[in-house]
Amino acid sequence: MDILVIFIAAAIVNNFVLTYFLGICPFIGVSKRVDHAFSLGIATTFVMTMTAIITWLINHFILIKFNLPFLEYVSFIIVIASLVQLVEMFIRKVNPFLYRTLGIFLPLITTNCAVLGLALFAVLRDYSFIGTVVFGLGAGLGFTLAIVIMAGIREELDMADVPLPLQGAGITLITAGLLALSFMGFAGLITA
Amino acid sequence: MAEDTNRSLYYEFVKGLWEENPIFRMLLGMCPTLAVTNSAVNGLAMGLATTFVLTCSSVMVSLVRKIVPSQVRLATFIVIIATFVTIADYFLKAFFPPISKQLGPYVPLIVVNCVILGRAEAFSSKNPISLSVADASGIGIGFTLALVSLGIVREILGNGSIFNISIFGEWFEPWIVMLLPAGAFITLGIMIGIINAFTIKKTGKGVCFGCSIGYKLQEKLVTAESMYLTPEELEAAKAKPEKKEKKKKEG
Repeated sequence: MDILVIFIAAAIVNNFVLTYFLGICPFIGVSKRVDHAFSLGIATTFVMTMTAIITWLINHFILIKFNLPFLEYVSFIIVIASLVQLVEMFIRKVNPFLYRTLGIFLPLITTNCAVLGLALFAVLRDYSFIGTVVFGLGAGLGFTLAIVIMAGIREELDMADVPLPLQGAGITLITAGLLALSFMGFAGLITA
Repeated sequence: MAEDTNRSLYYEFVKGLWEENPIFRMLLGMCPTLAVTNSAVNGLAMGLATTFVLTCSSVMVSLVRKIVPSQVRLATFIVIIATFVTIADYFLKAFFPPISKQLGPYVPLIVVNCVILGRAEAFSSKNPISLSVADASGIGIGFTLALVSLGIVREILGNGSIFNISIFGEWFEPWIVMLLPAGAFITLGIMIGIINAFTIKKTGKGVCFGCSIGYKLQEKLVTAESMYLTPEELEAAKAKPEKKEKKKKEG
């Protein structure tokens, strides 16, 4: 039951993009087309789940055991950077088709703050191992959901008559604000 | 000669304040911008922490720029940045515990702030220390100013106060939504719209993703969008709306 609560809280109620502002750069940068947005979302979900697993292991078996909390940020960011590199090489070898689809998005996940944010939140909230994995999966799917909805809206927005100063960034941010307002409707669904 | 250096030092410093302001003109480093600006104090603390990390890491990056092989430079930059972020985080925890608690995980998230990595890659890895420091502190102060102004707007509307000093009487009904995530997005969107309206009038150029303003990185313009898309896709994205319009007209 707890696991389910963590999952829904991470994916919908406390959506990473719309309530914690994590991953705003890709959320605005890659949300022009639904297919790109979906590919990026799935790649990010995969990296987030893997990051959750590995950072939990590092935190519990190295950092806490040897009392090295000040190495937390340095070690986490190195884990994420090398993980992204590994995932890229692995997908290129195993499934070239998938690699061509995701290709360019993979290296850029390193600087997606949602991934590092996930690792930091998991440590802060002291989740169990299973809890951390589910948290990573839920947060990734929540990111995918938000970016795909945003891309769908922006595809329609292309046709709209937006005032010149608001074109581009301005209207995108305001749309994101309205999307965040609608996600506030989920608040209170789960008190976690 | 000396005069020349002074002048370009001055230019590198000043350009970050407005012309290349990371938030209002470049749209970089959006996560902390939106997350911590629910009050002016938080915005100020975040801005100063980022300025500290930016300046220190630009000194380090500038120092090691000739030693580090180009294949591992990004990894090196990130480790340097992460080290200074750790220092800033422990400093805040020790001397300003309430602010550190309010900012929470957003202080460690300075590591992945694209303003810092962007500056390290685009400027300090190619320029001597003095210029790098001028550039980094200018950009950092520009970032701080943007955070504080956003924080002030949101605090006035959402709480009726500036820097925790109440400015309205009892009658003021705070707009709670301004303190919530939705308010952050909408405020920044409208502020960028207003700034755009002025700059378009003056220079004919506006701010937007993938537009003419961006970091010059290896002879290419780097904007938030081009960091995520290849050149061909940028072209395709630009060409797409026109095609759609044509289709609509034909239909």
